[in-house]
Amino acid sequence: MRLAALTRAYRRRAPGEPRAIGYLYILPALIVYAVFLLYPFGQSVWLSFVHWDGLTVATPAGFDNYRALFTDPSLRAPFLHALLLLVFYAALPVAIGLLLAAVMTRARVRGMTFFRTVLFLPQVLALIVVGVAWRSILAPDGLLNDVLRAVGLGGLARPWLGDYTWALPAVGVVGTWVGTGLCMVLFLAGAQRIPRELYEAARMDGAGPLREFRTVTLPGLRPQIAVALTLTIVAGLRNFDLIYITTSGGPGNATSVPAYEVYHRAFESNQVGSAAAVGVALTVLIFVLTVTVSRLVEGRRA
Amino acid sequence: MENPMELARTGARRTRGRVVPAALAIGVVLLAAGCVPGTDGSGAAGAGTGAATAIPDPAKAGKTTLTVWDQEIRGGTNGEIQQLNREFERKYPNVRIKRVARSFTDLKTTLKLAVSGNHPPDVIQANQGYPDMVAFVRAGLLAPLDNYAGIYDWNTRYPATLLGLNRVSADGNDFGRGRLYGISQTGEYIGLYYNKDVLQKAGLQPPRTWGEFTDGLARLKDRGELPIQFGNLDKYPAIHTFGVLQDQLGAADARDTVLGRGDGFDNAATKNAAATLADWAKRGYLPGGANGLGYDDAAKKFASGDGAYLLTGTWQLADLKKPMGDKLGIVPPPPAKAGGDPVTTGGQGLAWSITSRSRHPEVAAAYLDFLTDAHAADVMTRHGVLPAVPAKAAAGVSPDSADGQMIAGWKRLSAADGLVPYLDYSTPTFYDTLSAALQGVVSGKTSPDSFAATLQKDYGAYRKKQREQHASAGPR
Repeated sequence: MRLAALTRAYRRRAPGEPRAIGYLYILPALIVYAVFLLYPFGQSVWLSFVHWDGLTVATPAGFDNYRALFTDPSLRAPFLHALLLLVFYAALPVAIGLLLAAVMTRARVRGMTFFRTVLFLPQVLALIVVGVAWRSILAPDGLLNDVLRAVGLGGLARPWLGDYTWALPAVGVVGTWVGTGLCMVLFLAGAQRIPRELYEAARMDGAGPLREFRTVTLPGLRPQIAVALTLTIVAGLRNFDLIYITTSGGPGNATSVPAYEVYHRAFESNQVGSAAAVGVALTVLIFVLTVTVSRLVEGRRA
Repeated sequence: MENPMELARTGARRTRGRVVPAALAIGVVLLAAGCVPGTDGSGAAGAGTGAATAIPDPAKAGKTTLTVWDQEIRGGTNGEIQQLNREFERKYPNVRIKRVARSFTDLKTTLKLAVSGNHPPDVIQANQGYPDMVAFVRAGLLAPLDNYAGIYDWNTRYPATLLGLNRVSADGNDFGRGRLYGISQTGEYIGLYYNKDVLQKAGLQPPRTWGEFTDGLARLKDRGELPIQFGNLDKYPAIHTFGVLQDQLGAADARDTVLGRGDGFDNAATKNAAATLADWAKRGYLPGGANGLGYDDAAKKFASGDGAYLLTGTWQLADLKKPMGDKLGIVPPPPAKAGGDPVTTGGQGLAWSITSRSRHPEVAAAYLDFLTDAHAADVMTRHGVLPAVPAKAAAGVSPDSADGQMIAGWKRLSAADGLVPYLDYSTPTFYDTLSAALQGVVSGKTSPDSFAATLQKDYGAYRKKQREQHASAGPR
């Protein structure tokens, strides 16, 4: 009886639909994934419900660590900073990348490969190197201020990384610099896959460059935009190295971000439970944002 | 590229890191002397004098490997440790020292797992203060060393103030008193470095009083020189500068407060010191935008002649002397009256401690003694490192050289009991609170009153928590 039901259920599946045996094939990968990702993540979740200094016996915390995310200004601020940084780490690179890609596909630029490589280069540098270089560029008598003074804009010169108002945007600009190349290369590759006929048709209908971009290029690049946004958002929210090297979260706490806070609390101030809660919250935030992106931009159910 | 990061971070260790290992395995450690580990270590001193036979002999320990984790990776300290390790192994051929040397930050982030793991190192260098030493003691991971202090006469070798910084109360709640959990090799203090050429050009002498120093600042500024070189991007340097200012106004109160028996930070000394720091920044005695300038960058600028003074630790001396040579001078921050007792922020290097589960605590104790005795002090001096207790070789250093000045200053400070511990020892979160608030003071964003209130809030909350722990747990 049960067997018959099973057989019927089995037969009802359309060809190509996943079957139970399929899971066997991915089992090895699943085990690796579980051991190195799911298990540690589960442990982090468990740790986020205790007060623990990393050494002595932990005490249960209930939802204390999570409640603190909303009530403690020193925990709330890093999340707000991270969201603001997304403008620099995700929105701007995608916008600039689109612009560059549109220009590059339309205009015949000599030495195109060269420009593409140069713009992509920040992506292959270790963020440590990027941070150290920008730290000296943004120093009070660094390259940026020197240039400002040389062109008569000395009044704008300031200690960028030590300025309460400007430190966060300054770190953000570094993120824009790193992310733009990747977006541009993605979009260039995507634009090549858009059928030429669409452009020709648009032109026959009398579309100018702007309209052509809006009606042909932009819709054609939807999947690439979704990928670019997902990658840059994740990179932006995970951002630790740049903050660690350039400002350590300062001045004051003006540039602290969740990823830095996780490190700081777990390894420097013996608040392992709180660090785990920040980490879990960050994971949830990244998950929510990437799902939203793929629904909105890519236009399909994730 | 690890290097700049490393550089950017090493300074932090001076405020944040001090280490002390001690173990709760008292029984193992108790030797023939039979002294009971006291709560203040004073009892052990008497027992030590007649207990020569109780000194452990590592030669009889059989084949032994001593695992040691330290963070002395800078030029001078690395050389000194390497030499002493070699000599120890030559003296006791049956003992092998397995050294794991990491940068301060790397050590700090990995030590917690190492000491709480199944095979902890025998000897570690751990940070003094609440985040490291006190946390380790509370978890029972360090062995108390009071009886060794008696056997080896550490109690008389070191001034009480210095030993106090390596103590934790028996209940594991308070830093600065109680059982001894480590012993430090090196001394350090925040000194006033000066560039003789820059001072001379402005017609100034190295200051003998605090008044001479502050009066000279305006004059330097008028002559177009930067009075005080200072970079606070790394957040901690202002802790040193502020500490020196506060010490001028009330050193005894500041020390009591750090050690948890004072009234805290809501007082005139704190506010006036913050006001002075803000005033210096406003008048241009400090570089504009100091919050955006790195600590090491500021030191490099000072070394290249930009700035008459630099207020920072003796650990910078070797690096500054290389480019500056005879132009460099250093004195403790000058006292109010010429010839008076100097006072400054300072203390000692990270403490060397023995883990409670070490299988060779006696060999480890002998090693600690070897690292800190008179011979070791001479080795340190020859490597340009300031020993906590200078010995014969220190007398041979020319008193006019920067090294000689540094040693003389340390002796004066020790004699006058003029060292105030780093302010960030005050509570487990005080480094964050203080360094962030001081960036606000330097930029003129935070008023002295709200600065004092911020510090007091952190301090008061932790004292309250400690009182509750005392009340509920009692002595462990």
